[in-house]
Amino acid sequence: MIEFRAVTKRFDDGTVAVNHLDLTVDAGTITVFVGPSGCGKTTSLRMVNRMIDATSGTILVDGKDVRSADPPTLRRGIGYVIQQAGLFPHRTVLDNVATVPLLFGWTRRKARSRAAELLELVGLPASLGKRYPVQLSGGQQQRVGVARALAADPPVLLMDEPFSAVDPVVREGLQDELLRLQAELDKTIVFVTHDIDEAVRIGEKVAVFRQGGVLAQYAPPAELLARPADDFVAHFVGKDRGYRALSFVDASGVEIREVATASIGDAVSQASDWRLVLDDGRQPRGWLPAGSTVDGQVTEDGLEPGGSLYTLGTPVRGALDAALSSPSGLGVVVDEEGRYAGVLTARQVLDLIEAQRGSRR
Amino acid sequence: MFSDLGKYLSDAGTRADIGTDLVDHIYLSLLPLVFGVVVAVPLGWVAHRFGRARGALLGVMNIVYTVPSIALFVIIPVLIGSQILSPVNVIVALTIYTTALLVRPITDALDAVPAHVIAAATAMGFRQWRRFLAVELPLSIPVLAAGMRVGSVSNISLVSVGALIGTGGLGGLFTDGFSRRYLPPIIVGITLTLVLALVVDLLLVALRRALTPWTRVQGVAVQ
Repeated sequence: MIEFRAVTKRFDDGTVAVNHLDLTVDAGTITVFVGPSGCGKTTSLRMVNRMIDATSGTILVDGKDVRSADPPTLRRGIGYVIQQAGLFPHRTVLDNVATVPLLFGWTRRKARSRAAELLELVGLPASLGKRYPVQLSGGQQQRVGVARALAADPPVLLMDEPFSAVDPVVREGLQDELLRLQAELDKTIVFVTHDIDEAVRIGEKVAVFRQGGVLAQYAPPAELLARPADDFVAHFVGKDRGYRALSFVDASGVEIREVATASIGDAVSQASDWRLVLDDGRQPRGWLPAGSTVDGQVTEDGLEPGGSLYTLGTPVRGALDAALSSPSGLGVVVDEEGRYAGVLTARQVLDLIEAQRGSRR
Repeated sequence: MFSDLGKYLSDAGTRADIGTDLVDHIYLSLLPLVFGVVVAVPLGWVAHRFGRARGALLGVMNIVYTVPSIALFVIIPVLIGSQILSPVNVIVALTIYTTALLVRPITDALDAVPAHVIAAATAMGFRQWRRFLAVELPLSIPVLAAGMRVGSVSNISLVSVGALIGTGGLGGLFTDGFSRRYLPPIIVGITLTLVLALVVDLLLVALRRALTPWTRVQGVAVQ
């Protein structure tokens, strides 16, 4: 658990970076600090491991005032993942990960064997251990950064915009990976980002900061989207917050139905309705438009590309998106293995949302 | 001419003298290189770390480097109280030159270590001096080695100047040849100086390669 008690940071030039922050980060949760640049979120993070010292107030990590510890010793007990990974260019991946165990005085052999375990934990092949950071992609470097921060098994992990320098697809993979790791490791994580989507995606609680280092709202993401505390938060959360809030709405009540299907290689006759084309593994490949004719067999080339797929059991946002993005207007539903399960319409999803809204009142 | 050279080198005493000159030349030029690095690294750190000291320090280094070597060889005995013909004078003078040459590149190299790498090292729990030795200094080796290559060539040529005040090294072959209007010692002196400069340069390149394996890997991302 991390507690900020009346913490203020005023820099030498007089700017107030953090203004009287009171906030408790619960043990074993991911808490996200989010806000525009200059809102004090990174300063707040860096005060936890004393990269920056607070001007006044107290920060407690597991009940102990961070001011009572010698900074380097304190930092070895707190994992830190920095933007751009900050890997040491002159050390191999394995030795990068072994950094903190070596600072703790482990033997090189033991530190390296621990580092190898961590590479596996973050989903990197052991063969990467001998490479230098420059030989890795941005996403791999960030994974190494996470492995390095976890090497000495610290209870607390600070993450300073760790995924902001990688492209969106890789970022989403890294976020999933972090959530998977957290389910396994149960760390107390403080995660700083300027990206509200990232914040609501990975945070169990989100602290929204505004300029001048003032905490604007501290709440679980669903609440933040549904009931922003003021105009600043509403504006920061964004215009499509109603849509994004659907990430937290359960879709288990939605009824799916069947649609006409065809397989690659089938000979099909003209039909008046859209038909969904599946491959041998029953995975959706695309649509045959209504009224289209096919000479001979169905091939992948002749298909209209499908929209996003909705996986059963996931929040309602994906169901609505599947329906809206589908050329036929029918959202394709798949099971966990990606096999066709049925279709649904946007109308059905909206009815479900309305029904849930009614039942909450 | 070649017969003169053959005759000159046929004398065992001459060859032994040349050998002594060569060994003198090696330590007179390379010890200052090592001492120069030892002095320049902390000074470079000071210039890198303290903005106020930087301008003054780098300015002084520039001025020192412009002092003619022969003047320095003569001034140093006065300053440190050594004998006028002592090899210490040459070693001290060349250490000063090497230091003056190396402080700026070391400062620049330390400046060039990415801020996120330093911040990460601090956050991992390195103490400042250990961080310097483990992260910042190793990352400065390529620039430091480049400076040492220039310094080694400069020192090897400057040691010969010391012969004018009789402090040993291959320069003695030049003064000997000039005073006797006799070419062979001059040719031997030039050849050995060039070969020495080349060999030291190759050794420094090899040393740099051995110490910086990370600079030679391909920067390709492979899945």
